[in-house]
Amino acid sequence: MSTANRETPRPAAGRAGIKKELPAHFKDYRHVWVFIELERGQVHPVSFELLGEGRKLADKLEVQLAGVVLGPPGEAVGNAVAEAFAYGADLVYIAEAPLLADYRNEPFTKAMTDLVDTHKPEILLLGATTLGRDLAGSVATTLQTGLTADCTELDVDTDSSLAATRPTFGGSLLCTIYTLNFRPQMATVRPRVMPMPQRTDKPVGRVIRHKLSLAEDEIATKVLGFLPDNQSAKANLAYADVVVAGGLGLGAAENLQLVKNLARAIGAEHGCSRPLVQKSWMPADRQIGQTGKTIRPKLYIAAGISGAVQHRVGVEGADLIVAINTDPNAPIFDFAHLGIVTDAIRFLPALTEAFTRRLSPHSRDKLAS
Amino acid sequence: MHIVICIKQVPDSAQIRVHPVTNTIMRQGVPTIINPYDLFALEEALRLRDAYGGEVTVLTMGPPMAEDALRKALGYGADRAVLLTDRYFAGSDTLATSFALSQAIAKVGETFGTPDLVFTGKQTIDGDTAQVGPGIAKRLGLLQLTYVAKIPSIDLAAGEIKVERRSEGGTQMLKSRLPCLITMLEGTNEIRRGSIHDALCAARSQVLKWSAADAGIEDLTKCGLRGSPTVVKRVFAPAARAQKAALIDTAEKALRDVADELITAIFTRQPALEHELAFNGGA
Ligand SMILES: Cc1cc2nc3c(=O)[nH]c(=O)nc-3n(C[C@H](O)[C@H](O)[C@H](O)COP(=O)(O)OP(=O)(O)OC[C@H]3O[C@@H](n4cnc5c(N)ncnc54)[C@H](O)[C@@H]3O)c2cc1C
Ligand SMILES: Nc1ncnc2c1ncn2[C@@H]1O[C@H](COP(=O)(O)O)[C@@H](O)[C@H]1O
Repeated sequence: MSTANRETPRPAAGRAGIKKELPAHFKDYRHVWVFIELERGQVHPVSFELLGEGRKLADKLEVQLAGVVLGPPGEAVGNAVAEAFAYGADLVYIAEAPLLADYRNEPFTKAMTDLVDTHKPEILLLGATTLGRDLAGSVATTLQTGLTADCTELDVDTDSSLAATRPTFGGSLLCTIYTLNFRPQMATVRPRVMPMPQRTDKPVGRVIRHKLSLAEDEIATKVLGFLPDNQSAKANLAYADVVVAGGLGLGAAENLQLVKNLARAIGAEHGCSRPLVQKSWMPADRQIGQTGKTIRPKLYIAAGISGAVQHRVGVEGADLIVAINTDPNAPIFDFAHLGIVTDAIRFLPALTEAFTRRLSPHSRDKLAS
Repeated sequence: MHIVICIKQVPDSAQIRVHPVTNTIMRQGVPTIINPYDLFALEEALRLRDAYGGEVTVLTMGPPMAEDALRKALGYGADRAVLLTDRYFAGSDTLATSFALSQAIAKVGETFGTPDLVFTGKQTIDGDTAQVGPGIAKRLGLLQLTYVAKIPSIDLAAGEIKVERRSEGGTQMLKSRLPCLITMLEGTNEIRRGSIHDALCAARSQVLKWSAADAGIEDLTKCGLRGSPTVVKRVFAPAARAQKAALIDTAEKALRDVADELITAIFTRQPALEHELAFNGGA
């Protein structure tokens, strides 16, 4: 499988780096596949983001883009198939079986590897979610092929191989990884790293069904129950349009209220840098950055955050980044669009107040007129 | 019960610097630590041993100096440590790493008793792939339970284990069979302070050093660079953004005016936002 698990990720020299002739039995591996992640009736939006990337790769390679839907018989699979076409798939592979109802490693690995063995894709993309990472690792090991995790950029090289770029060493460097002599070339991408492509209503195209030859009593792992996250944990930070976050510069746990107040006033989600999670000032699912959530809001306001590279990689997709920091040399000003060098503890209430004034029903009327 | 736990020695990446000209990692003087995620798995292994009896074997693949990490693990109370070290392993990617580790686990099993459980951390902070665990499971034909937050019970006689596993949007309660491989979620427990007794034992214990041959690995083409299907072609620094942030002047201005100015600047750059915020806001 993948990547920079190496002692030092250095460009390969010598034998291993040279592109050998692809072994004959891999020559008929063609087309780009995207795993459409369906859980409890919902398609994870990362699947659509991947279809957007997959489309570009497929067009460059002049091959087809296929979605792979695994799930229990019923409406949800039908919807997922329709959505896959709407987001750009040329065809969709389906394995439908009751034992694919809840995610379990064994039946999903079997379904996916069987599909790959039968239909032979050259590229297979999955979301780097808990489900996708669990599945990708097993599938790649079963198929004995390369897998590059958490890619931030995917491209096709001049020799048609997949060039998968990912951060390494805590985000301080990027490396581009190839799977030269094995197929399929596999990669995972975290939610929100790639932009959401345009959805266009399209008729359902070609669908290829696969019959999963596996019985429930062959599966050792049983699902006893599922406990959904509570409302606050469900907070969809990754997909929020506006995010306000606080960092260590806020000085004390109670000052996070200032961040939450501003967030509430403008209908935003709130988040934080990693040290705040380590201090238990905020729950882990609010962490933004390389080891937290990747966000892609239209507006990101960071208060008292220095802008370390691990934080930066999680927010770079934002359309507009506003930084509030007392230190004019803080690295966050290197990638923010707008900055204010001031004390966030004093400024956040003023900003909340100003937004409230500006967005009050009175000025809303003005806007409408 | 016999538990094998895989840990990795990693550079303390908080202290890693990149050479500005050559773009290489400056490792000199960077301290190494046990991969922080692995400590949760180690603690869980020790906790289960204390609750159900048995032994914990720690395993790492790495250079000779990775012995330090194993000594630390012995100090926390692990019963045995194996260092898999050989120049054939250099340049392993995750497929090659999981191959070598799975062979070594099989050998550990032959020598000291088949493991009932194999633990890994969720991911490493240098490789950061979360793939080595699933890779080992697949190669050893073990059931795989990833992102486990809690292990409520193990029934050794029935060979059954119940776990709570993190999944998208909630927690999955699963029942599965032993032996299996578990990757442990972070924040699930806190590594113990090793007792004086453990520290003394650690000082006296031998770390077993195994070469590829010692681990029974015959097929060296599956190891190291040769056994790695992925190839790192290019390493480079992220591009800097062309422009620095436009700073809003705060000198001799009331905070209120600065705030208004900022809001105007935001809406000038993103006009659509003004409408969206007006309708979202709780104002
Ligand atoms: C493997 C690894 C993974 C990591 N993953 C992540 C991650 O996912 N997300 C993440 O965020 N970090 C991550 N980090 C940590 C990261 O390297 C930084 O340490 C962290 O982002 C710093 O958080 P901070 O900006 O809140 O704190 P600091 O770096 O301490 O910065 C505080 C800032 O606040 C400013 N300040 C002080 N007082 C005020 C005030 N009154 N008003 C306004 N500004 C003020 C200071 O000038 C400073 O710039 C990771 C680190 C490692 C090693
Ligand atoms: N060289 C290694 N030696 C022992 N265990 C390892 C090694 N590399 C990875 N692991 C284990 O596999 C887990 C996942 O690693 P990774 O796939 O690199 O994110 C780690 O938390 C470790 O438990």
